[in-house]
Amino acid sequence: MSAIASPLAETPTVWKLPYRGKVGMACLLFAETAIFTIFVVAYLYYVGKSLSGPTPREVLETPIFYTVCLLSSSLTIHFAGKLLERGRRAAFLLSWLLTITLGALFLYGTGQEWHRLIYEHGLTISTNLFGTTYYSLVGLHATHVTAGLLMLTIVLIFGLAGRVGPEQSARVEVLSMYWHFVDVVWVVVFAVVYVLGR
Amino acid sequence: MSSEAIAIQTAEAAGQPWVQTLHEWVTTVDHKRLGILYILYALVFLVIGGVEATVIRIQLMRPHNDFVSPQVFNRMFTMHGTTMIFFVAMPILFGFANYLVPLMIGARDMAFPRLNAFSFWLTALGGFLLYFSFLGGSGLYGAGNAPDVGWWAYAPLASRAFSPGHSSDYWTIAILASGFGSIGTAINIITTIVSMRCPGMTLSRMPLLAWMNLVMSGMVLLAISPLSAAQIMLLVDRYLGGHFFDTQAGGSATLWMHFFWIFGHPEVYVLIIPCFAFASEIIPVFSRKPIFGYPVMVGATVCIAFVSMSVWAHHMFTIGMNSYANSFFTITTMAVGVPTGIKIFNWLGTMWGGKIQFKTPMLFCIGFLFQFLIAGLTGIMLASSPFDWQLSGSYFVVAHFHYVIVGGILFALFGAFYYWYPKITGRMLNEGLGKLHFWLFLIGFHLTFDLMHIPGLLGMPRRIYTYEPGRGWETLNFLVTIGAFIQGIAVLVFVANLIISYFKGAKAGNDPWDAWTLEWSVSSPPPTYNFSSIPAVASRRPLWDLKHPEDPDSHYE
Repeated sequence: MSAIASPLAETPTVWKLPYRGKVGMACLLFAETAIFTIFVVAYLYYVGKSLSGPTPREVLETPIFYTVCLLSSSLTIHFAGKLLERGRRAAFLLSWLLTITLGALFLYGTGQEWHRLIYEHGLTISTNLFGTTYYSLVGLHATHVTAGLLMLTIVLIFGLAGRVGPEQSARVEVLSMYWHFVDVVWVVVFAVVYVLGR
Repeated sequence: MSSEAIAIQTAEAAGQPWVQTLHEWVTTVDHKRLGILYILYALVFLVIGGVEATVIRIQLMRPHNDFVSPQVFNRMFTMHGTTMIFFVAMPILFGFANYLVPLMIGARDMAFPRLNAFSFWLTALGGFLLYFSFLGGSGLYGAGNAPDVGWWAYAPLASRAFSPGHSSDYWTIAILASGFGSIGTAINIITTIVSMRCPGMTLSRMPLLAWMNLVMSGMVLLAISPLSAAQIMLLVDRYLGGHFFDTQAGGSATLWMHFFWIFGHPEVYVLIIPCFAFASEIIPVFSRKPIFGYPVMVGATVCIAFVSMSVWAHHMFTIGMNSYANSFFTITTMAVGVPTGIKIFNWLGTMWGGKIQFKTPMLFCIGFLFQFLIAGLTGIMLASSPFDWQLSGSYFVVAHFHYVIVGGILFALFGAFYYWYPKITGRMLNEGLGKLHFWLFLIGFHLTFDLMHIPGLLGMPRRIYTYEPGRGWETLNFLVTIGAFIQGIAVLVFVANLIISYFKGAKAGNDPWDAWTLEWSVSSPPPTYNFSSIPAVASRRPLWDLKHPEDPDSHYE
């Protein structure tokens, strides 16, 4: 009695459930959203509560250029996915490489900002509440960008080895979901840190 | 695919050296083996946590007792709470979910088998780190100590200044590691249920156990993630000199409380919803009736999950929130009682008019039903903020949540053990020892936790090391401790039953309870590949349809 013979012919002939990679990634991003929410709440709760300087108004500069870089990488990864679906491998790889470059530029921008804050303004994670919340929130996001870049690079290596074709497009799509999420989080972090927080 | 799987099965024949068996268990990605690993791991910690509870109870047995030092007492209640929640309740429920969900929805494994193994070993690492603190808490010179900051680790008590050494770090990292493990498992359970159901298993035909584990996993994502975030902040404070919870630098101790309880309250439902799931599978089978009000059960579960996300601050009435916050959290907390009441009504409705068989699993479920009701009623009492101002932090609260966790969760879990043990091992648990276990545990439980309410009402605070004679607490505390010993004996009977029945129990066969869900259609224990061909279902009770082709459920649903 290992198999259940259905007593009825009513069993659907077409039985299609959502792709598990996408569902799994959606769940992960749901959990990540909750983690980021807590960090954002902590940031907003402590805005203006530092007992000593420097304050965000004194030291933060809006990173417009690097923000544009990161947000446009969402477009390039989207096009890369579409190109892969249509089987245009070379164009896919180019678009993928562009995504990595834009992401790396953004990370460079964050590094440069931190370098400036630490060496010019003496702001570290232990200086005051602003330092603690700022480096934690931006750092958590930068960690996610780094993880994303690593995964993108792995796909690039496989792609250069000729192992990524249209049949992998569903998997590439899962990674693309993650990258879009990282971008959306940056929009929120940007609004909180550079707009509301000042 | 199926022939390949069968070939693997035959290669696993007996007679291999134990090292190879061990290697297979350590490297396994099979959901059934990982489920068993989770359960065994949790049972070990259940015994450890139980010993800690016994130490606490011996210390409080009589006034001015000095069975252990105050420092050891603090470590005991911290470790007892942390162990029981994170390393007993969570893994044991994940173990059952791991084992049962794929079998019940007609799948061959979880959606991500390797993630499943990774999650288990992360949780295992967490438990190991927590207990390694006994050695390494003050550095590695043999004079360590366990965390002693309470399982809430309230700020600023958990900061470097007030908790030197590494004991709190072990606590934080242990919870962080097991938290990531829990998130991984939750992702896996959701994906399995969404993407791996067998043909015909629409959402409205899914066993309630699968439904409730789906809801529970969603709650894990929403509850454990904030806890992980808060633990990261605590680590930043302790290691990088951050100020999140440092009141000297403008940080807020209240923020930690909020973050902790945003996890802490939904956690109660994360633990109880799978127990609702056990009751929803066991009660119908032993009442010989389908579950009463299936859609309402699903709706009530989702409703509980939703409302329970907005009740956390009822743990914090005494910190002095404004009256709007107090009223809001009072109302939402009481509102959770409504869907929960609907569920209790539905289980009673299932039993009503049924041919009830009082086997051990059913006895535990009936115990669960009544005790959970009482636990809910004291919960409604504490939900009222003025009442809570009086009793917050007293033994009344301790009695209330132990009524939920022991009287509700543990009773349902024992029921689940007696019900699914034959499926997992192929042998029945001894019914006589089972009944002895039930009655001993029931008596011990009521002696301990019914009486524990009263010293609370008389003003006995929780977490006190000892107390003065002449406050009217002595006799009650003495009896509470006696009850704890009776429960300890009952658990020993249970463990003995598990071991004896594994070797000497009656053969179970595929379907010892004449049940209706898919896991009973395969052999006991199930083959590695679960189903030789993927089943198709046409109703909520596929085995009923199979056994009664003349009158299948699918005609009525």
